[in-house]
Amino acid sequence: MGRRGVRVAASDVPTSIHLRRSYLRERPAALPELSELDVVRHFTELSRRNFGVDTSFYPLGSCTMKYNPKVAERIASYPGFAHLHPLLPQLRMGGILTQGALEVLYEMERLLCEIVGMAAFTMQPLAGAHGELTGIMMMAAYHRHRRNHKTTVLIADSAHGTNPASAAIAGYTVASVPSDAQGGMDVQALKGMLNDQVAGLMLTCPNTLGLFNPNVREICDLIHSVDGLAYYDGANLNAIVGKVKPADLGFDIVHLNLHKTFATPHGSGGPGSGPVGVVEKLAEFLPVSTVIKRSDGTYALEYDRPNSIGYIAPFYGNFGIILRAYVYILMLGREGLERVAENAVLNANYVREKLKDYYHLPYPQVCKHECVFSAARQAERGVHALDIAKALIDRGFHPPTMYFPTTVKEALMIEPTETESKETLDAFIDAMIEIARLAETHPEQITAAPTTTPVGRLDETAAARNLNIASL
Amino acid sequence: MPFIANTEQQRQEMLDAIGLTAADLFSDVDASMRCGPLDMPAGMSEQAVRARLAELAGKNSINLTCFLGGGFYDHFIPAAVGALIGRSEFYTAYTPYQPEISQGTLQAIYEYQSAICRLTDMQAANASLYDGGTALYEAMMMALRVTDRNKIIIDDSVNPIYRVMIHSYTRNLKIELVETKNADGQADREAILKLLDDKTAGVIVQNPNFFGLIDDYSDLAEAAHAKGALLICSCYPTSLGILKTPGAMGADIVTGEGQSLGLPMSFGGPYLGFMATRSKYVRKMPGRIVGEATDTEGRRGFVLTLQAREQHIRRDKATSNVCTNEALCALTALVYLSLLGREGLRETAQLCADKASYAYQKLTAIKGVRPYFRAKWFFNEMVLDLPCEASGVIGRLIEKGIAAGFPLSRYYEGMDNAILIAVTEKRTKEEIGVLAEALEAVL
Repeated sequence: MGRRGVRVAASDVPTSIHLRRSYLRERPAALPELSELDVVRHFTELSRRNFGVDTSFYPLGSCTMKYNPKVAERIASYPGFAHLHPLLPQLRMGGILTQGALEVLYEMERLLCEIVGMAAFTMQPLAGAHGELTGIMMMAAYHRHRRNHKTTVLIADSAHGTNPASAAIAGYTVASVPSDAQGGMDVQALKGMLNDQVAGLMLTCPNTLGLFNPNVREICDLIHSVDGLAYYDGANLNAIVGKVKPADLGFDIVHLNLHKTFATPHGSGGPGSGPVGVVEKLAEFLPVSTVIKRSDGTYALEYDRPNSIGYIAPFYGNFGIILRAYVYILMLGREGLERVAENAVLNANYVREKLKDYYHLPYPQVCKHECVFSAARQAERGVHALDIAKALIDRGFHPPTMYFPTTVKEALMIEPTETESKETLDAFIDAMIEIARLAETHPEQITAAPTTTPVGRLDETAAARNLNIASL
Repeated sequence: MPFIANTEQQRQEMLDAIGLTAADLFSDVDASMRCGPLDMPAGMSEQAVRARLAELAGKNSINLTCFLGGGFYDHFIPAAVGALIGRSEFYTAYTPYQPEISQGTLQAIYEYQSAICRLTDMQAANASLYDGGTALYEAMMMALRVTDRNKIIIDDSVNPIYRVMIHSYTRNLKIELVETKNADGQADREAILKLLDDKTAGVIVQNPNFFGLIDDYSDLAEAAHAKGALLICSCYPTSLGILKTPGAMGADIVTGEGQSLGLPMSFGGPYLGFMATRSKYVRKMPGRIVGEATDTEGRRGFVLTLQAREQHIRRDKATSNVCTNEALCALTALVYLSLLGREGLRETAQLCADKASYAYQKLTAIKGVRPYFRAKWFFNEMVLDLPCEASGVIGRLIEKGIAAGFPLSRYYEGMDNAILIAVTEKRTKEEIGVLAEALEAVL
């Protein structure tokens, strides 16, 4: 067809090079041949088949779908940030031309240190799971340094799947610690699992049930008693930010998901950013490079770190994401961050109390940023968590997280976040109540959902069996 | 308070409605665990924060003429890219867990996977990984799984930043990682063939390599396959506008950094790691994958597929710990490739090569400046041998407003006088002339 969306600039050099034929591709890649308007309409249409926080309420538990401030997008596009080549500070005289960017990184490290109580941070990890891997690699470096022979990492049975996966690919064996009747880590069981082989423990606090574990200090002390390290999975820091510092609880390593607590966009599934903070005794193991502030007030990168775990990312992290989080923290300030936790927790408890008569609530105590219901009662009528999720779609809401944590049958995990208003929560609560009633009276209306979407329920089993993952 | 909807009065109404007090909400957190007020400034207005960040942005130079590459390039980005990925239905969504309301993201990822396959001549691509370096590490881990072996050969003409990353990641694992030294700028066939044995899981190479030199690894693919090993090739996607594809060479896993496909350099990220493989290895591939599906009424749609490989199901037995992909960056690359299209990508790649070739002629005409290697086929990046230390020359040229290139001594011993210079389609004949004059003047 030959249609094209962009006219490539004409060549202004006199020669056109003919590379050796065996080095060339036989025919051009079969990419689209479309006008600019064709492309714009196509992707505009695709965007209309999507659902974002800007579309409507998105209470996807554990993912913290809060509002993403527009000003952060604007600032990330400033040419002084967006057009900066990452190798520039590694050149002689290049450091002075990147002082603004280095200052952002340095200031973010300091702010995050203050927020979680750690001594030092690396901004390099490119996502939460990448932060977990980085943290576990530092755990391994610590034990290697102390000539400890450790093989096992303990992880709560309610943990995100990334925890065991990260520990395993870092070379550790994973042992799962069961939960107790209150939904927290079972301290007696933990005691029974402690031995010299334990390298550390990964804990999410509040956990994936949205519950703060009152024994968290004791758990950290127990781990320290076998010279293990306590790892804080910061996925749920938004529940306690400004109120509790993980370091004060006894944690040694913490990763944060900037796209959760600090409001950077989730981008349809990334890019994220997963900075890692550590206590003083682990600071020597942080990845290269680190940003330092010199006595003359200028910033520089330091590479000479003999005990470091080495390079884990090509440069200094997902700078564009770090920048957005920095903007958010500056705008909220010290009181604002505390209000984040208070409002996130209030909104979750409001939903919990308002819905507890309609859905089974396995853990009835005060929750933190999210609450987990079970659709077990509705399941008896043939209406499952999945059906309730699809019925919410027809009512204009994004569904909660379903079937996680796996420790709760038919789980529906609701995280409203602090940016949502009472009116929005009330509308969602009304929809949930209506669905619970219909599940009793007209279950077939719920199991038939969704009916308002461009496609209905898709056959995932057939999709995996008759695999078509690219048009070749 | 910015970004918090409810007023104090509404908060009170909500508390009253559920019969709790503000204190009750944190009654599970013992007072001894609480921290005092954070030691940080009070919140700023949008106006103040924009002024502050504009000031910081102003401390970074954007007026340098950029001949810096090293795997990260200053390419032209059409305005429509930003306009489309700036649609908040894309950027404020999360992973498409609910396919009925995520067909936009899902179809876009399917199209992205298709575009990566067509670009590389492979049959299966994932939805993306963090960056080119972590993608190469994941490819190495995948080769270990596919072959159930534990030896990897990597040539030192592969991006040194990626090599140091791989060294960090494998430190705690039982992997035999052997590095070969390049032979006059290219992967040393003799050394690699000598090391290649029936314990080898994979051979890792890069095209064009870190020195910008073009290679054809068909021979290495054949040799690797003869020993039951995989060939892993990291590549520069723009170059695939004209260069022989890794698929045509017989590579088994292809990765690369997608930054050159419409993403700004943004001081190191967010970037885009792409990965593609052969159909037979798809179930061993890490990362999210989107597949075609049909709904209850037979309509075509898309879903996340082969999820049984992933951490949220397999936990410690998963193919990788990755959860997030770089969806918005993958969308960016897809929009960019759709706008450039078949001819536009070919023209862009040819333009890069033409301009680099012109720059090579101008620069090597300077007294004392010579090509560092004998191999003469390069794409858009070249290594030149200067009559003095490269890092000092680069420093002096920065003072003249030119980021002339990267000093290879930083990663290669003994290459003190070598400079790596990249030329993209954005560089003009005039800018190349200015670089040549400035270089001549400082030597």
